[in-house]
Amino acid sequence: MFALQLLKRSCLRPQVARRTIHTSIPKRSDALFVHRDTKYNNPKIPFEFNADNLKKAEEIISRYPPQYRKAAVIPLLDLGQRQNKGWTSISVMNYVAKLLGMPPMRVYEVATFYTMFNREPIGDNFVQVCTTTPCMLRGSTDILQATCSHLGGIKPGETTKDGKFTVIEVECQGACSNAPMIVVNDDFYEDLTPETTKKVLDAFAKGQKPKPGPQSGRHTSENSAGLTALTSKPYGPGEFCTPEFS
Amino acid sequence: MLKLSKAASSSARKATPSLRRTLATVADPPVRRYGGLKDQDRIFTNAYCRHDHGLKGAQSRGDWHRTKDILLKGDSWIIQTIKDSGLRGRGGAGFPSGLKWSFMNKPGWENDKRPRYLVVNADEGEPGTCKDREILRGDPHKLVEGCLVAGRAMNATAAYIYIRGEFVQEASHLQQAISEAYAAGLLGPNACGSGYKFDVYLHRGAGAYICGEETALIESLEGKQGKPRLKPPFPADVGLFGCPTTVANVETVAVAPTICRRGAPWFAAFGRERNQGTKLFCISGHVNNPCVVEEEMSIPLRELIDRHCGGVRGGWDNLLGIIPGGSSVPVLPIAKCGEVLMDYDSLKDAQSGLGTGAVIVMDKSTDIVAAIARFASFYKHESCGQCTPCREGTTWMMNMMDRLVLGRAHRREIDMLLELTKQIEGRTICALGDAAAWPIQGLMRHFRPEVEKRIDAFRAGEGGVMFGGMMQGEVDPTLAVPDNLGAGLVEPGDRVVA
Repeated sequence: MFALQLLKRSCLRPQVARRTIHTSIPKRSDALFVHRDTKYNNPKIPFEFNADNLKKAEEIISRYPPQYRKAAVIPLLDLGQRQNKGWTSISVMNYVAKLLGMPPMRVYEVATFYTMFNREPIGDNFVQVCTTTPCMLRGSTDILQATCSHLGGIKPGETTKDGKFTVIEVECQGACSNAPMIVVNDDFYEDLTPETTKKVLDAFAKGQKPKPGPQSGRHTSENSAGLTALTSKPYGPGEFCTPEFS
Repeated sequence: MLKLSKAASSSARKATPSLRRTLATVADPPVRRYGGLKDQDRIFTNAYCRHDHGLKGAQSRGDWHRTKDILLKGDSWIIQTIKDSGLRGRGGAGFPSGLKWSFMNKPGWENDKRPRYLVVNADEGEPGTCKDREILRGDPHKLVEGCLVAGRAMNATAAYIYIRGEFVQEASHLQQAISEAYAAGLLGPNACGSGYKFDVYLHRGAGAYICGEETALIESLEGKQGKPRLKPPFPADVGLFGCPTTVANVETVAVAPTICRRGAPWFAAFGRERNQGTKLFCISGHVNNPCVVEEEMSIPLRELIDRHCGGVRGGWDNLLGIIPGGSSVPVLPIAKCGEVLMDYDSLKDAQSGLGTGAVIVMDKSTDIVAAIARFASFYKHESCGQCTPCREGTTWMMNMMDRLVLGRAHRREIDMLLELTKQIEGRTICALGDAAAWPIQGLMRHFRPEVEKRIDAFRAGEGGVMFGGMMQGEVDPTLAVPDNLGAGLVEPGDRVVA
């Protein structure tokens, strides 16, 4: 009798018991914050600045007081990332640490803090779609969808199979009057529609570089229906100044 | 009786003239309208990059015109001019610039042998803001000259311009301007031939919104993680590399030479008292023609949009709300949008803020809850992780806002969310915590019925929701559910079974 009751009760229960507490660490960021040695990313892979970049690095270091060489860590990591096909490997970080005479850990801290350092390899063209509110209001969701579907249905954060494109979602890029916009490598493509986005991506796929800036025909961030300000010739030196400076 | 009525009537007669006199002395103050700045009063004449941004072009537009004479006037003259002009910081906080710069020249500063720095904050990352970009790519020489003039005012030895890493084109224009200025002898050991030694360096960041905060910017410039420092000591005492430093916005620095040349009274003539000057406004969102434009301070918000942006999409009545100063300030509903002026005080009175002058317009097609929820996830992404209330709170707020977009929440969670914002606000080192809290407070202040409607609709369609978003239907009835999940609460719309 008792056993029957027990059986009944267990039948009432859902088959898969739902666990209400988290058992795994919640993912707080879109990128992994720890380094794991892999074939393509381990400290044994050599990295050094080429002669051109070494000269640039010397120039950058000279901008800061001699006892604060480490101030150059962000520009140098950027330089290293550019030389290393757009991503910052552990070797790049170690090399920069050695060059600036600072503990490697301090460089790792910086490289993990700033979003522009990619710690995983990326495709030839790095497509960043801004989806923050001002862009979202102007339809960046469609742009993101168009980008992802046009590149073979990848998801944000992934690279296409041919290794040509990596797409990510980014926060505000500071071109809100020209929303929606994407950044491909270093250039801003603004005032987009899904059609013009595809055109831009197609051009990059062919190895060309389309003209950066607004794709709608306007020049920069002026009123697209005609100038409402700065219509006259700019005033020259000394004009309208106080008598002292005229 | 007769006497009494006589007395009453005489007193009435007496009272009437005196009353009339008080009325007669009241005179209406003359009404002053703001806005409609003329081209000749615009400072950034190449904001749209229609002319040459190089040295030659800049000089033909009046930059570097007799800069030597400004430098020779000395630090106190420049600071007094800036004070008289009423210029307030254009980076968001609106602190009087002349006063801020004067903190660098404390009595006895000459005996301090440390170098002194001006740091220009070109880490423009506030959603909605794109004004500094136009200065950096169109008028870089105005900024470089501004560094020299402002640097002279605070007796600085060098200026560092911290530009956000994403601005590659802008950084190259600025570097070109700096190199040209060095080559022409406008910077360097004998800047403009005045005998004053001054250097300007460019530093590119690497993508962190928090580095727009002044002490985080200093940390980042020193090659560390951009985590804000506790104040005091203030940067004017211990700042970049442990030396006296002042951090100023691009626009604030770039307008200084023009103010010095055209005189403080000219600049102070624009805008209302305590809000003087001209300002770059960047309008984005649901307007017909979004643009960046330099206008007079105190221009009515509606006029700004109608005059320069071709109006709100679908007409003014199609407006839902406007965020008048970038993502960090609360949203304004349409009724207030029609009456506010674009200046620090008017927007503060309307429980919002001028911020960076970034106007984000939203029409009736906007999902306002989703728009604010996107801000919440922005702040979650950009929180540096140093202070616990902000690090944990932004994540909580994002999760709750994401649920509110669907309506999958309990009505009481709106107040819980508001309480959460109050727990973050003012409890962190820097203002990012406040900035994350305010948009949500603004949403609930003006659009709470919309949120409640959504919760009710979800409840009607899907069944009861407990605190934290779990559905009542998902709960195993054989288990004891803690009563702090709100499962047993009766909602106004619920049918109570007796």
